[in-house]
Amino acid sequence: MSGTVKEIFESMDYGPAPEATDDALAWIAARTPFGHYIDGKMTSAGTTFATCNPATGAELAQISQGGDGDVARAVTAARNAQPAWAAQSGHERARVLYALARLVQKHARLLAVLETLDNGKPIRESRDIDIPLVARHFYYHAGMAQLMTSELPDRAPLGVCGQIIPWNFPLLMLAWKVAPALAMGNTVVLKPAEWTSLTALCFAWICDQAGVPPGVVNIVTGDGTTGAAIVDAEVDKIAFTGSTDVGRHIRKATAGSGKALTLELGGKSPYIVFEDADIDSAVEGLVDAIWFNQGQVCCAGSRLIVQEGIAKTFYARLRRRMDGLRIGNPLDKAIDIGAVVNPEHLARIHALVDGQTTGDVHVAACDVPDGCYYPPTLITGLAPADQLMQEEIFGPVLVATTFRTPSEAMQIANSTRYGLAASVWSENINTALDIAPKLVAGVVWVNGTNMFDAAAGFGGMRESGFGREGGWEGLRAYTRSATPATPAPVVAPFDGNDSAPLGVDRTPKLYIGGKQARPDGGQSRLAYDAHGTLAGQIPLANRKDIRNAVEAAQKATGWASASAHNRAQVMYYIGENLSARADEFAARLDAMTGRDDGKDEVTAAVERLFTYAAWCDKFDGRVANVPIRGLAVALHEPCGVIAGFCPDDRPLLGLVSLMAPAIAMGNRVVLVASRSVPLPALEFAQVLETSDVPGGVVNILTGNHAELAPALASHMDIAAVWSFSGADLATVIEMGAARTLTRTWIGGGRDWLSGGNDQEFLEAATEVKTVWVPYGA
Amino acid sequence: MTAHTQDATATTTAHLPQTVEPRNPGQGLDMDWVMRTQANRSAIERRAVTLPGRRSVKKTYQAAWLARAISCIDLTTLAGDDTDGRVRRLCAKGRAPVRPDLLRALDLPDLTVGAICVYHDMIAPAVSALQGSGIPVAAVSTGFPAGLSPFHLRIAEIEQSVKAGASEIDIVISRRHVLTRNWQALFEEMRAFRAACGTAHVKAILATGELGTLQDVGRASLVCMMAGADFIKTSTGKEPINATLPVTLVMIRAIREYYEATGYRVGYKPAGGISKAKDALVYLSMIKDELGDRWLRPDLFRFGASSLLGDIERQLEHHVTGAYSAAWRHGIG
Repeated sequence: MSGTVKEIFESMDYGPAPEATDDALAWIAARTPFGHYIDGKMTSAGTTFATCNPATGAELAQISQGGDGDVARAVTAARNAQPAWAAQSGHERARVLYALARLVQKHARLLAVLETLDNGKPIRESRDIDIPLVARHFYYHAGMAQLMTSELPDRAPLGVCGQIIPWNFPLLMLAWKVAPALAMGNTVVLKPAEWTSLTALCFAWICDQAGVPPGVVNIVTGDGTTGAAIVDAEVDKIAFTGSTDVGRHIRKATAGSGKALTLELGGKSPYIVFEDADIDSAVEGLVDAIWFNQGQVCCAGSRLIVQEGIAKTFYARLRRRMDGLRIGNPLDKAIDIGAVVNPEHLARIHALVDGQTTGDVHVAACDVPDGCYYPPTLITGLAPADQLMQEEIFGPVLVATTFRTPSEAMQIANSTRYGLAASVWSENINTALDIAPKLVAGVVWVNGTNMFDAAAGFGGMRESGFGREGGWEGLRAYTRSATPATPAPVVAPFDGNDSAPLGVDRTPKLYIGGKQARPDGGQSRLAYDAHGTLAGQIPLANRKDIRNAVEAAQKATGWASASAHNRAQVMYYIGENLSARADEFAARLDAMTGRDDGKDEVTAAVERLFTYAAWCDKFDGRVANVPIRGLAVALHEPCGVIAGFCPDDRPLLGLVSLMAPAIAMGNRVVLVASRSVPLPALEFAQVLETSDVPGGVVNILTGNHAELAPALASHMDIAAVWSFSGADLATVIEMGAARTLTRTWIGGGRDWLSGGNDQEFLEAATEVKTVWVPYGA
Repeated sequence: MTAHTQDATATTTAHLPQTVEPRNPGQGLDMDWVMRTQANRSAIERRAVTLPGRRSVKKTYQAAWLARAISCIDLTTLAGDDTDGRVRRLCAKGRAPVRPDLLRALDLPDLTVGAICVYHDMIAPAVSALQGSGIPVAAVSTGFPAGLSPFHLRIAEIEQSVKAGASEIDIVISRRHVLTRNWQALFEEMRAFRAACGTAHVKAILATGELGTLQDVGRASLVCMMAGADFIKTSTGKEPINATLPVTLVMIRAIREYYEATGYRVGYKPAGGISKAKDALVYLSMIKDELGDRWLRPDLFRFGASSLLGDIERQLEHHVTGAYSAAWRHGIG
C-alpha cells in the first residue's frame, strides 16, 4: 500500500489536494431550478435543461431555456431602465461598479468553485486568473464611469446591449461585456453559454447585493435559439464572443438593422520562437499558451513556429515538459489540465485531430483519467497548408512548423484567416520589435503569452472579428457620438440634353494604380450639369475594375511603412496643388451642383487635407497601465485597404473627407465617387497625379453604388468598407462583409463643410494593436 | 544520544553523494554552449510566481515531503562566534532533527539532516560530534564568503579542510571573473578547486546576488559544471539577496541541460533565506517538476539553512497532533 509518510518519503508523489465544494453545491441546491434574471428579479423556472460537471458528468443544476417571451421581457426591462441609468452621474454608476468589484472579491471562493464545477477548468485558473481578472475589470470600469463626463464629453451610451458570451471563460467574458457597458450608461441583456450558466446566475445574485437598479442587468439563459432571439430583438447593439461561424451568422442577421456590432471570434494564434530565445522559458510559455484552460482559448498560442536550427532541441524539451503535466480532477489544486467543457466538444477535438494524417504526433505521457479529458498533444512537421495549421481546434493540441528567417516567420504567421493574437520569443530587442508590428493580430506578446488586463485592448483582425475590449479603445464599443447620426442625403443627378459641350472632347477615366484607366466594361453614362448641359461621359466601373483597384491598392504597401512625416508632406502637397486650382474646381462645382458655394467646398477640402496631414504624426498610440513590469503599447496601425462610398452631396469635399483620414493613417483607399456628381472626383485624380501620391494609394471609381457595393463589401482583401452614400447600402455592405468579417462603417450624413474633422474618422482608419513587452535585465 | 541515532549509520549512508551517483568529471570549456544560454527574467519570474499556486501538497503528503526536506538540509552555522560547544549542539540537532516521539509517529525514526556545514576551524568538533552518524561535514572554503584571499591560500584551505575530515567543500567563485566575462579564468579556478578537493565533493557557490543578471547566473552555472562541480549553490548567505525561486529556476535548468548533454547529474543547493516549511515545499515542487524525482535526494539536493528546521518541526507536530505547535516544544540546535 502507498500513502504512509514513510512510503511517500520515498516516492515523493503529489497527493490529492481537492478544493472543497460544499458551499458552492449548497448555493446551487438552494436555487435550482434556476429562472432568468429580469428586471432585478429571478423569474420562476420555465422549461429547463441540465448543466453538468464535465469532470464527472454529474448534473449540477437545472437551467431555464429562455424563449422569445423571456428575451422580450428582458429587453423591455433593459429599455425602461436605460434612461435613468444613463442619467445617473458617472460617480453614481462608478459606485455600483465598485460594489460589483468588491463583491466579486468577497465571493471569490464561491465563484471560483462554481466556475470549475461548471466548466471543468482547473481551480488554480478560476481562483488565480479568471476571478481576479473579473474583479479587476469592474474596478477599472468603475473608474471609466467616474471619468466619462470629463474625459468622453462627446460620447453617449448606445442604449440596450445584447451580449452573448462563450463557455470558455464564463464569468470573465461576462465581466468584459457588462463592465464597460454599464460604465458608459447602457443596460444589458446577457446570455451565458448553455453549458456554463452558473456563474452568470451567481452574478445576478451579486447584482442585487451591489444595488444594481432593476433592469440594468438582465440575464437570460438558454441555447443558441435564445441567442438568436436576442440578436433579433429591439436592441441597439450586439456584442458576441464565440465561434467565427456564429459571428458570421450574427453579422448577416444584423445587416442593415443599424445595430452596432462587435465580434470577438476564433483564432489560430502563432507562437514564434527565434533561436536566440530563452528556450526553457519559451517552452514553459507554451504551457500557458495552449495548455491553459485545456486549450479552449480563442487566443491560444496554437501554432508553434520555431526556427529551424533549434527545432529539434525545442521539440525535445517541449515533449519532456508535456510529459510532466498533470491532468485530472479540475478541483485538485495541483492539476495543470482539467476536463474538456463537454463531451460534444471532446468529440469535435477528436474528429479534427484524427483527420490529420501527416506529422509526428506526441501525446503527453501523463495519466489521463477516463471521462471528458483530452491529453496534451503536439504535432510537429506540419506545413502551413495542412488543415490543422489552419483550423482552430480549441483543445490542448499544438501544431508546429519551422522557419528560417524573420521574414519567413512573419509570412508563415500571417498565413491564416485569423488575426487575434501572437507571441514572439527572442532575446534580441531588434528582432522582437521588428516582428511585432508586422504580425496580423490585435494582440502581440513579446516573450510571453496570454497576458490580459482591463487597461489593455483585446480583440482581433481578419476573421477573428472586430472591436476591442478593455482600455479606452474598448469604450468605443459601448458608446456613440453624442451628436445623433442623420441619414445620408440623397441627391439625384441632373438631367439634360445630349448636345455636345464646347471645346475638345474630354475623356474622364477611372483612376487605378496611379494611372487613368478606361472602365473594363467599356460603358459610360452621361453626366449633366445643373443647367442640363452635357458635362461628360462618366465611366461605369464593374467588378473587374474593383478587382484591379484593390490589387493596385494592395501593392502600394510602401505607403503604410512610409514615415508619418513623409505621408504628411504628400498630403500637404495635395492641398497645395488643389489650392492652386481652387477657382477652376469651385466653378466646376457650382456648375455641376447648381449651388454657389463651390469656393467654400474647395477651401474646406484644402483645410481637411491640412487637418489630416497634421494628424499623420499626431494620432499617437498609448502605453496602457497594465500590472506588469514592462510596456503594453497600444499601437495605431492602418487597417489596410479601405473601400469608401462617397456622399452624394459635396462631390469634392466628401471624397477628400474620406480619403484624407484613411491615407493619413497609412491605409490605401478605393473610393467610389459621388453618385450625383462624380466628375470632380475624376478631375481630382489629376491633382493626385501631380502631388507625389504613390500609385495605388488612392484609387477612384465611378459608377452605380448599389451595383458595386456587393463586390466591394465581399472582396476578401479589403479591411474595411465605409459608406456615406445616399444609396441605402447598409444591408448589402454588412451582408457582404460577413464573409471575411470586414469592418464596416455606415456613416450617415453630416454637414461636410463644418463636420468630418472628428476623431471618429481616425479611429475608423486604424486598428489598435496591443504589444505587450515585459522586460527585466 | 538516543538509541535510534546510533543505529542510523546503515540507512543514512545512502545520502552520501559518493555512494550513489558517478561524479561529474567535468569537460572542456565549451564557450559556444555558454554563450548560447539565455535567461528571460520576466518569463522566469512568471514561472516562479505561479508555481506555488500550481502545486499543493497536503496532509500525509505534506508531512512526508517535509521529512524529505529535513533529510536534505545542510544544517549550518557560519558565525564569527562559533565555538566547539556551539557546533556540538548543532551536530546533536542534526542527528536528531525532530523530537523522537514525532519521528516514531511518522515512522521515520532514523531521519537526520543531510550534512552539517561549518567553517574550517569547526570541522574537527563537528566530525567528532557526528562520529558514527554517517552525516557528512561540509566546510565553507576558499576565503568564504568573499573569496578574495590569495589564490594559493584558497587552494591550501581546501586541502586543509579535506585533511581535517570535511567530505564536502563549499567553495566561492571569484565573482569578478563573471562580472568581467573572464569565463576562462572562472573555469580554471573551478578546475583547481575541484582538483584540490580530491575525493571530497565540491559545491560551487555562485553568490548569485552579486552576479547582476539571471543570464550570468545561467552562464556561471554551466562553466562551473564544465569544470567539474558536484553541486552548484546559490549563495553564501552573506549577500544581500540569497536563494530565490527565479535564480533556482535558472540554475536547475542549467543542471538539466548539462545532464541531457553529458549524462552527469549535478546537485543543487539553494542557500539563505529559506526559513519556512511552505517555502521548502515550493522548492521541492520546483525541483520535482523541472529536474525530476531523482534530484529529490540529499545526494543531489540540499537546503542551506539554519532556521528552516524549526518551522518544519512545528508543522510536523501539527500533522501528528492536529494542533498548532510552539517553538519551545522542540529542542534547539
